[in-house]
Amino acid sequence: MALLEVRHLTLHYRTKRGEVNAVDNVSFTLERGEALGIVGESGCGKTTLALAIMRLLPENAYLEGQIFFKERDLLALPEEEMRRVRWKGISMIFQAAMNSLDPVYRVGEQIVEAMRTHEPTISPEAARERVAELFQLVGMSPDLIDRYPHEMSGGMRQRAVIAMALASNPDVIIADEPTTALDVIVQDRILAQLDEIRKRLDMSVIYISHDVGVIAEVSDRVGVMYAGKLVEIGPTAAIFKSPHHPYTAALMSAFPRLHGEKQELLIVPGEPPNLLSPPPGCRFHPRCPYATELCQKQEPLLEPFESTHLAACWHPLLQKRETLRARAG
Amino acid sequence: MAVKVAAETLLRVENLAKLFPVQKGLFRRAREFIHAVDGVSFEIRPQETLGLVGESGCGKTTTGKLLVRLLKPTSGHIYLNGKDIAQLEGRELKQFHRTVQMIFQDPYGSLNPRHTIFQIVSEPLKVQGIGTVLEREARVAQMLELVGLSPAESFLFRYPHELSGGQRQRVAIARAMIINPSFIVADEPTSMLDVSIRTGVMKLMRDLQKEFGISYLYITHDLAVARYMCDRIAVMYLGKIVELGPTEAVIQNPLHPYTKALISAVPVPDPERGRPPVALKGEVPSLADPPPRCRFYDRCPIATEYCRTHDHPPLEEKAGRHVACYEA
Repeated sequence: MALLEVRHLTLHYRTKRGEVNAVDNVSFTLERGEALGIVGESGCGKTTLALAIMRLLPENAYLEGQIFFKERDLLALPEEEMRRVRWKGISMIFQAAMNSLDPVYRVGEQIVEAMRTHEPTISPEAARERVAELFQLVGMSPDLIDRYPHEMSGGMRQRAVIAMALASNPDVIIADEPTTALDVIVQDRILAQLDEIRKRLDMSVIYISHDVGVIAEVSDRVGVMYAGKLVEIGPTAAIFKSPHHPYTAALMSAFPRLHGEKQELLIVPGEPPNLLSPPPGCRFHPRCPYATELCQKQEPLLEPFESTHLAACWHPLLQKRETLRARAG
Repeated sequence: MAVKVAAETLLRVENLAKLFPVQKGLFRRAREFIHAVDGVSFEIRPQETLGLVGESGCGKTTTGKLLVRLLKPTSGHIYLNGKDIAQLEGRELKQFHRTVQMIFQDPYGSLNPRHTIFQIVSEPLKVQGIGTVLEREARVAQMLELVGLSPAESFLFRYPHELSGGQRQRVAIARAMIINPSFIVADEPTSMLDVSIRTGVMKLMRDLQKEFGISYLYITHDLAVARYMCDRIAVMYLGKIVELGPTEAVIQNPLHPYTKALISAVPVPDPERGRPPVALKGEVPSLADPPPRCRFYDRCPIATEYCRTHDHPPLEEKAGRHVACYEA
C-alpha cells in the first residue's frame, strides 16, 4: 500500500450563501520518496486539499472519503493522535510562512519551542543542537540561530521555515507555494535544496504551486486541479508531453516561455466557475473548445489512458495539442 | 514651449537618480542614503514597450514612479516629447499628469472599494476638469467596452468587490486609458492574476497599444512575461541598468553575468529540457551607500581585481546592445 492514499475525498464548506464544494471526489496516492506536484490556479482547491490531509480545517468544513496514511485512516483518528501525525508523520510548509515567524523571538528559539512542545523530553541543549544541524541541512550557517526574523532576508526566513518543517524528520512534507514570494535566483536554490534533502532522507513531498515551470522541475508525478476536481494525474514527462485534459493543455499553452521559439499564448475564454454553483457535467465545459452536449450533462470520471496516466474528460486530447495551439493565433 | 525632438524618441531619461535618506533617530540628520535609482539612462520610442526587469528591491518600481512623477528625482532629466519634466511642480505638474498614467500591480488595492466603476474610471477626467457628467459617462462606457467589460451598462454602477481580479485589472487599464495618454507605466500589471486570465489582459494591453499608439514602460520580475510583452528589455540590478537591448537578443544571448544568472534561474516547464546551474554567489546586498565599485562585484562569477578597484562600469554599446560590464 502507498504511504499516503487519498480516496474519494470531498470537502464542502457550509456558508451563509450556500454550500461550497472546495474539493470534490479527489483520489490519489503518494509513494515513499516520491515528489508529487499539484498544480492549478487560485481557488481550485489545492491548498484546501492540503489542509484536509492535515485536518486543519475551520468548523464549517465537512469531509467525506478516506485518507490513509501508513494504513490508518486519518479522518478516523482521535485529535490527540492526529497531533502526533502532524508532527512525526506529515508536516506542512504553509504559503507565505516566512512572514509568519514571530518578530519578537529569535528564529532558533521558535524552532526549539516547536520541538519541545511536541517532544517535552528533549533538553533545550539537545534541541538547539538539532536546530544547528537543520540550519546546515537547509544551507544556512548555524550562526544565524540567534537572529531575529527582521535580520534575515526573505530567502533565509523561508529556509528557517523549511528547517522547522524538517525538525521532526517527517515521512511527508506538504509544501504549499514554498517559493512563491521569492525572487527566481533564491527560488532556484531553495527548490534544489529541498529536492536534495528529499532524496537524501527518502522523504515524500507534495508540492503545491500555480507555477507550471516549478512543478515540471521538482515533481515525479503531477496532478492538475480545476474547480475542486483533480482533472488529470500522471508521470511528469507524460503530462507535459501529451496532456490529455484540455484544461491541462490550456494551462500549459497560456504559460509564457523563456526558452525555445517564441509562441503565441493561448487565451482561455471566461473565468473559473464560482464553486457555490459550479456548472453541471464537466466543470470545465463552459471554457472548453471541445465541449459537447455530453460534457454539459454528465460528469467525466478520472480514468486511466495509459497505466499511470489518468484524466477526467469525455474528449481527451491525444494528439490534438497542436490544434489547440493553432486556435490561439 | 516644448522643443520637438527627433520623432523616434518619445521619452528620454538621462542620469536619473533617486536617493532615499535613512532616518536613524528622531532628530538626527540622515547620514546614509538608499540609492534606489542610481544614474539610469534610456529611451522609449513611440508605440514601443520597454521592459524593466529585475529582482525585488532593484529600483524598477521607483524608476516607474519617477517617470510619471509620482516621485521627484534627486537628480537627472526626463524628457517627454523634448520637454524636461523631472523638476515640474504645481500647475505644470498637473498638466503633465494629463499625458501619462500608471497601472499598479494589485487590482485589489488600487481601486477605491467605496467608488463605483464609473467613479473610478471617470476620476482622471474629473480631476482634469474634462467634459460634463453625461459626456464622461458616455466616454467611460465606451472605454469599458474597449477593455472587454461588456456590456458596459452592467459594469458602470457596480463596485470593485463584485468583480474578479482580471476584471478589476481591466478597470485599472480603462482608468489609465481614459485621458488618452501617450505613455503608460505598467507596474507588474498581471503578476497577481492567474495564468488563464493573465494572457487576456496582456493581449488587451498590446491591442490598445496598436490602436492608440501608446508607449509602455512594462515593469516585471518575470522574464517570460517580458519576452511576450516587450520590444526591448532593460535589466536592473541595485539601482543600475546592467543590460539593455532587443528582447530576443537579450534572452537568447545575454551578455551581462547577472542577466545570464537571472535567465538560467527561471524554471523550465519542460521535463525533458535541463538548464544550466545558476552561477551566482550570496544574496542581494544593501542599497545603502554602496562602495565605489561594480555593484555586482560581490556576486559576480567572472569578477576581476579591476572590477573591485574601479567604479561601476558605464552602460556601453556592444554589438547593437548596451552592457555595463568590464568583462562581458
